[in-house]
Amino acid sequence: MSEVPEVFRLIAERMVEVTPQAKALGLKFVSVAPARGCLEAPWREDLVGDPETGVIASGVVTTLLDHTCGLAMAAAAGAEPFSTATLDLRIDYMRAAAPRTGVTCEAHCYKITRSIGFVRAEAWDVDRSDLVATAQAAFVVNRLTPELASAVAARNASLGGGEA
Amino acid sequence: MTAEAAQHLEAFLQRVPYIRFLGMQAELAGDEMTAILPPSEHLIGNTFIPALHGGVIGAFLEMTALAQLSVAEPARRLPKTIDVTIEYLRPGRGGLTSYARADLRKVGRRIANVHVEAWQEDRDKPFAALRGHFLLRD
Repeated sequence: MSEVPEVFRLIAERMVEVTPQAKALGLKFVSVAPARGCLEAPWREDLVGDPETGVIASGVVTTLLDHTCGLAMAAAAGAEPFSTATLDLRIDYMRAAAPRTGVTCEAHCYKITRSIGFVRAEAWDVDRSDLVATAQAAFVVNRLTPELASAVAARNASLGGGEA
Repeated sequence: MTAEAAQHLEAFLQRVPYIRFLGMQAELAGDEMTAILPPSEHLIGNTFIPALHGGVIGAFLEMTALAQLSVAEPARRLPKTIDVTIEYLRPGRGGLTSYARADLRKVGRRIANVHVEAWQEDRDKPFAALRGHFLLRD
């Protein structure tokens, strides 16, 4: 697990810069470490869920949680090429975020097997000790065959796109 | 009543900026609402398949629940989501229109329990489902 953060950093940057929905939301990379990832969703007028309060939509938080869990999965899987798909995602919304304020999320993949990854995530607006939402998710791990892995790599190289 | 419900639904869809960001629409037949999510490049989470982002699917299902509640409980303010469990059954294909319907399992004085199912080409092959609790506000 040594010297991996640089690889993860590249994956993380691609996950926010290339994934169309992440780009559309303006997700920002914060940090990545083995089995952990942290991303931020900045507040934006067109992402508001309740115009009476100016609070960011819970749907944005849902996508942020899912995406950060995906980053933690990538950071847990090591160098072996694979793709993931969300199997289930449970979210508790403890409170609304502060008006006109973005949300930050940290996810931890605390167990990964050959086929499934288990992830927990927390989201907050200002203070990490006063959470907006928590999530618990399971992801399917699809280990890529060498042929498929090289097809993905070739396609990514030609398009500059595609998420692991 | 139906015209009033339709008006209410339209007002809900127009009022929430994030729903316009998604491009979500809805149709009402009697009291049965169908939410519609037209395909769009910005909703993609996996460009290789290509597939809708898992978060977008969850958000679409949640907004469907909130829209159906706004039709059923027109006098109330926007409910607050308490918790949701999203089940992903198959990839939501990026090039197809998605549909969703909500089933209000229980609408109490303060809490509503809602189940939502989403499909694309075949109603009998849902690609995602949601169960959630919502806090109703006067």
